[in-house]
Amino acid sequence: MAVFGSLSDRLQDTFDKLRGKGRLTEDDINVAMREIRLALLEADVNFKVVRAFVSRCREQCLEAEVLSSLNPTQNVVRIVLDELVKLLGSSDVELQLPETRKPNVIMMVGLQGSGKTTAAAKLAYLLKGKGRKPLLAACDVHRPAAADQLQTLGDEIGVPVYRGDGKDAVVIARNACQQVAADRDCDLVIVDTAGRLQIDEEMMQEAVDIRDAVKPDQILMVVDAMTGQDIVNVVNEFNARMDFDGVIMSKLDGDARGGGALSVREVTGKPIMFVSQGEKPDSLEVFHPDRMARRILGMGDVISIIEEAEKLSDEQSIADAERMLMEGFTMDDMLSQLQQVRKMGGMRKIASMIPGVDRAISQSGANVSDEQLIPVEAMIRSMTKEERAKPRIINGQRRKRIAQGSGHTVQEVNVLIKQWEQMDKMMGSLRSIARGGNARQMGRSMGDMMKNMGMDPVEADKIARLSAASNPSGAHTQRKGRPKKKGKQKKRR
Amino acid sequence: MALFDRLKEGLSRSRETMNEIFYLGGEVDDAFWEDLEDTLVMADMGAEVAFSVTDDLREQAARENLTRANQIREALAVRIAGEFAPRMWDPFDYLPSCVLFVGINGAGKTTTVGKLAKVAHDQGTKCLIGGADTFRAAAIEQLEIWAERSGIEMVTRKRGSDPASVCFEVLERAEETGAQLVLIDTAGRLHTSADLMSELGKVVRVTRKRSHMPVKVILVIDATTGQNGLSQAKEFNEALDLDGVIVTKLDGTAKGGIAVAISHELKLPILRIGVGEAIEDLQRFNAKDFARALVGAEEGR
Repeated sequence: MAVFGSLSDRLQDTFDKLRGKGRLTEDDINVAMREIRLALLEADVNFKVVRAFVSRCREQCLEAEVLSSLNPTQNVVRIVLDELVKLLGSSDVELQLPETRKPNVIMMVGLQGSGKTTAAAKLAYLLKGKGRKPLLAACDVHRPAAADQLQTLGDEIGVPVYRGDGKDAVVIARNACQQVAADRDCDLVIVDTAGRLQIDEEMMQEAVDIRDAVKPDQILMVVDAMTGQDIVNVVNEFNARMDFDGVIMSKLDGDARGGGALSVREVTGKPIMFVSQGEKPDSLEVFHPDRMARRILGMGDVISIIEEAEKLSDEQSIADAERMLMEGFTMDDMLSQLQQVRKMGGMRKIASMIPGVDRAISQSGANVSDEQLIPVEAMIRSMTKEERAKPRIINGQRRKRIAQGSGHTVQEVNVLIKQWEQMDKMMGSLRSIARGGNARQMGRSMGDMMKNMGMDPVEADKIARLSAASNPSGAHTQRKGRPKKKGKQKKRR
Repeated sequence: MALFDRLKEGLSRSRETMNEIFYLGGEVDDAFWEDLEDTLVMADMGAEVAFSVTDDLREQAARENLTRANQIREALAVRIAGEFAPRMWDPFDYLPSCVLFVGINGAGKTTTVGKLAKVAHDQGTKCLIGGADTFRAAAIEQLEIWAERSGIEMVTRKRGSDPASVCFEVLERAEETGAQLVLIDTAGRLHTSADLMSELGKVVRVTRKRSHMPVKVILVIDATTGQNGLSQAKEFNEALDLDGVIVTKLDGTAKGGIAVAISHELKLPILRIGVGEAIEDLQRFNAKDFARALVGAEEGR
């Protein structure tokens, strides 16, 4: 469900098994490493990369201090995480577009159907948002109507598209960069090229010719996140011929485990620069190796959530959030949160960023659909101002009125009010986290929040049981006010 | 060029790797089995399938006293061919028939529809193309170009229209004109998108209900797809009750091993495979040829 979701599940399971152990033997490490190997293979990481990765991890795990330390499991997690971060690239890489050149040129290459045209439009949109004036050059003269596709996308995001004569890709690219960009007052040209197989000599030569004609500042290779083992051959050949500068991973909004990202980095040394996850033009995001590695290990991508929220929230919402945390939670807050969730790309996207939640949902077989939010919204809108501010005053008569007003049953209103109560209670526990709690706890709280936000009671129940199972010390909602522990994970035993 | 040769050429890269291990000495040892396992994993067959195939083969080798790499190669080809679900019918032969093409974005649906329509048209079948991909920019234009090139009628509506109603119109038109083969292109979508999948469910339901001819739903999958291909196929199958699979883009270095897993797991026949860009490169699928080409069995004969 999430990006790399299944891989993180697998590792999580392995470490859950190891967690109970005070000390690890060499055999235990071997078991863990076998699981990691299988998980990575299933995630389509190239088998040679897997082998090297696992042996590096194993060596480090077998070091005396790891085995004899107080919490070896933590150390194994740490080592695997560090290795993953290393493999994915240790720092965020940005586009290199020298200011001295005008226009800057970015060229897109890749296999057929990898998503170049869509990615080109998304990149144009992203850079436009940063104050650039991009021009899209339609140099895919092979696929029928490829230029029409780029034109349509360009119109949608308000970026000019140069189509030329639609015959010679090299000429179109050259004209776009030398003449058209200046004519249309653009300072950046994004060259979309035809999809090609890495073994198609003629087509590869065309790509080289385009490159030589326009001397792009950056060549970006678009890679489908669902690509299997063959990704190594593909990027190797493209790298040898085109010497691309970075990679855009597309279709990461599916449930592909995207192990290819690991392979690309290991095999070519080229960074993953962006990830593309969705159909909307704003769904291209900068790739953060450290966050992705954490996500792989089920440690969650809390930073991304905060950034998403920051992108949207104005000062008013921040003030609201503080008030909610300190003073309590009204129905209006619930409503605005639902709207916020929609703006942030929907439940599914948010769920995929939180550790535990995603796993719990997929295990329970629940379906997080934004549609489930609609009835909740309708019911809240049928309440009076007073009722929204103080939901406790909603008595039987009021419930009946709300039900009729919103076209739902009294039972559904009851469920909503129940959810509000739980959420209000949870805000209490979030209060302690806000003062420096840990990510796992946060994850679990979010899990509850998910269930409170419009999932049906049976499914919510399943999740509740699941989170109870992974948290035998009792429901976290009762933990409010207890002093929180330092460190990333809770230590039991 | 003979079909078998085209296929072999398409799969040549996979055979090269296979040949490497099969030609390393005639006798098999532990290293041989490990290499075999890795090679199958490399072909995107998936770790589990690769391990179980290797284990079975190893037992069989012991039982039947197969000690030469050549013998094992034959056995492997038979074993892999046996994993495929048998094809009982072909919707492009049993006419009249209406075929819906579904799959994720960029799998090659539109191109496949264009090629299949051309082939059928050239054979004298009265075809009708339906453009129900009303979502992707220029998908309709792309298909129109295909239709125009081969002189086949196409029914569609402007971008953003309801795809189910497009299908309805396509079928109405088919009845009017007496088309024998109706090919309908749908918008690519990720199998994880619940909303888009239920939209597609509606498209298929409407088509099945309205159609006076048998309706088949076919998943188009890119050969470069890795293990995620299985989860795609499962989701599409659950939502739409698929009838078959077409594997595209087998002309690169990708091995298309995921096709084995999908066909085996979901009992879905592979109907066509695309081994090149030319129209005649979209071929009928033959499990034995495919398996033999994959492991390079004919060279050992």
